[in-house]
Amino acid sequence: MKKRTARIYYISAILVLLSVLLFMFIKTFNDNLLFYRSPSQITNAEFPENYVFRVGGVVLDGSLIKSKNTMNVKFTITDYERNLDISYTGILPDLFREGQGVVIRGKLASDGIFYAEEVLAKHDETYMPPEVLESLKIDETTLQKTTESMKVYK
Amino acid sequence: MIAYIGSFLILLAFLNALLLITSKPILSKITADYESIILSSSKLLFPLTLFSFICLIFSFLLDDFSLRYVSSNSNSLLPDHYKISATWAGHEGSMLLWCLVLSFWTFLASIYSRNLELDFRLNFLTIMGLLNLGFLAFLIFTSNPFEKNISIPVDGKDLNPLLQDFGLIVHPPMLYMGYVGLSVVFSFAVTCLLQKDFKPEWAKWIRPWALISWSFLTLGIALGSWWAYYELGWGGWWFWDPVENASFMPWLITTALIHSLITCEQKSMFKNWTILLSIIAFSLSLLGTFLVRSGILTSVHSFANDPARGAFILLFLAIITGAALILYLRNSSQMNDKTSFTFFSKESFFLINNILLVTATFTILLGTMYPLVLDIFGLEKISVGVPYYNAVFLPLMIPLVFLAGYIPILFSSSNRNLKSQAKYFFISFLIIIIISFFSISLFDEYNLSIFIGLFLFFWILLNLVYELIKKIILTGNIKAITQNIGMFMAHLGLAIFILGATMVENSKTEKEIVVAVNEKLDIKNYTFQFMNITESEGPNYTAVIGHFKVYNNGEFLTDMYPEKRLYNSSEMPMTEAGIDPGFTRDLYITMGTLIDQDKWSVRIYHKPLIRLIWIGALMMVFGGIFSVLSKRKNINIGYSS
Repeated sequence: MKKRTARIYYISAILVLLSVLLFMFIKTFNDNLLFYRSPSQITNAEFPENYVFRVGGVVLDGSLIKSKNTMNVKFTITDYERNLDISYTGILPDLFREGQGVVIRGKLASDGIFYAEEVLAKHDETYMPPEVLESLKIDETTLQKTTESMKVYK
Repeated sequence: MIAYIGSFLILLAFLNALLLITSKPILSKITADYESIILSSSKLLFPLTLFSFICLIFSFLLDDFSLRYVSSNSNSLLPDHYKISATWAGHEGSMLLWCLVLSFWTFLASIYSRNLELDFRLNFLTIMGLLNLGFLAFLIFTSNPFEKNISIPVDGKDLNPLLQDFGLIVHPPMLYMGYVGLSVVFSFAVTCLLQKDFKPEWAKWIRPWALISWSFLTLGIALGSWWAYYELGWGGWWFWDPVENASFMPWLITTALIHSLITCEQKSMFKNWTILLSIIAFSLSLLGTFLVRSGILTSVHSFANDPARGAFILLFLAIITGAALILYLRNSSQMNDKTSFTFFSKESFFLINNILLVTATFTILLGTMYPLVLDIFGLEKISVGVPYYNAVFLPLMIPLVFLAGYIPILFSSSNRNLKSQAKYFFISFLIIIIISFFSISLFDEYNLSIFIGLFLFFWILLNLVYELIKKIILTGNIKAITQNIGMFMAHLGLAIFILGATMVENSKTEKEIVVAVNEKLDIKNYTFQFMNITESEGPNYTAVIGHFKVYNNGEFLTDMYPEKRLYNSSEMPMTEAGIDPGFTRDLYITMGTLIDQDKWSVRIYHKPLIRLIWIGALMMVFGGIFSVLSKRKNINIGYSS
């Protein structure tokens, strides 16, 4: 009988430990999920202030403004329905250019500007990140025409 | 013409694989010669695929732009050595490389399986043939590198500049050697399930294959990390990117496997578990291929998206893994597996090793697959941040590494007296705590992570080196240590890797800053002076080159030349980092963008001990190889027992 009670304590201790570990694991996992939104999916007050998430879209032609002294840049991304202004301080990736799809991690401030912590452009000039491509509000052939015309324009 | 020969050879290889897999079930009823058909066709696959691969190389060297694959991955201006490496730079060519490597392993398996039971051997080779058939079908039906262009372009589109590099020449073949080597282990495990038996000698037979695959995987992953470090321009060595995870998961499982195989061999235990690990290891390499090749991930590895390819690999993965697992569920219980063992034994520690490694793999799998699953069901687009991996993976690794520094000693020594063992344990623990505590003052940063990293480094290093010296002195013979030299090297490599990774992650300095010509910058005890910018012409690009003079404590040290390139045919810009490598630290500069007249944004990094990451990985590779070599003499497998 005594041996059995000991075993019950033993097993329940392990179970408690395991559930604590599991809880911590799930919490860590949840805390580190980064959601993705396209400009037109961003609604007010979906995320708390200073919440980090990712946005994506095409860099609007002619929107890039570079500072003359610092690494600060401002540009606008679009999903061809709504635009979103981005502010970023740092070195932009090599393949960042107007008309190109980008994915950006950062925070939306109350002034409506998205402050970027990281800007990702892809490793291939013809390549559009799938999440951006999917969220665009125009079909692929129209997109091809627009980006093509941008190339000629440049 | 060459392309037609290449195409034809691939078709022949496909038919040959078809012959190989039908011999046992069908031909065996017609002719008695089916054995020699299996044996020769399993060897013939390799030359056929090899010559086809050579044909593709020649198509690149001769600028045969009538081939779609050549015209989209090469250019007449591309230097010859990159033309050769471009052969496996895109999707189709790298799948041909995959088939080549698979046929090569099949060839080796066919030769070295001579001393297995005949029936077992034939089944084993048939399963290898089945894998070959699947991948050759994938190549022919969805990714034929010899496909013609509708109209022949004047010149090719050029190879992605990021891939015009030495790292790319060697990284994929090494990684594939590892991925595909696991197919041998997989086929063997499935054959065991078919025969409903797993003899301890078989564990001895399969372990070298697992070890060699593991070594190649380690090398492939290390090369990938090294390449990302100097080529991507961010100076990082690991990003927990899904594509990296895809290669890391099979590595972790294979690590578990090479440990559990020891128990299998010595104690005839963990048989079912080992077979399950073998199946999972290869399934994860197939999963990795699926993730990388289907284009569902965004990375440098996803070239063109073609859903048909993804669907094919996923189907193949489902069939192969599904069939193997069903077979496992049906037959594994019929194998006599001894399960009882005492708590304080090598087996129980190997069990802990395996549990930790499998749990770590699971957490990475979750972080990699969960976003994809949510996306497929259209629920939410998410990604899992790097802090998750660090918070979950590292705590699992600490006890594992701790064991890696002690278990080899515990069970190799002749002294099995528990009391003196415990005494030794506490003394070494205490000494190493003190050593780590004092050595932390050598660095300019103090925190718990550095302390743990240093402790684990000294723990493995001192314990193992002490054991080696003790053995040499006790026996008076250096040869005494050769038996386990591979294990010692691999574990020491792990220690060195940990030291490098800890220091670089906790004590690096990274600056992103705007500098004007002649301006000076101080980082640690280095001063960087931006001298000028010059323009230059490469073979297929134009470049702007920055010139930095570096001073160490005021004394001139070196010149550094980071570049910004623009490739002619693709108009793709590229950053070429300026690196001053060193054993104790790397200095790393990349050019950002022109801010104003003579003003550039630059990244300047100081990375302490980063080289140890790859030196440690290389030691693990050699450890794996030595382990095979030192055991080769006493391998005497077969059906004799």
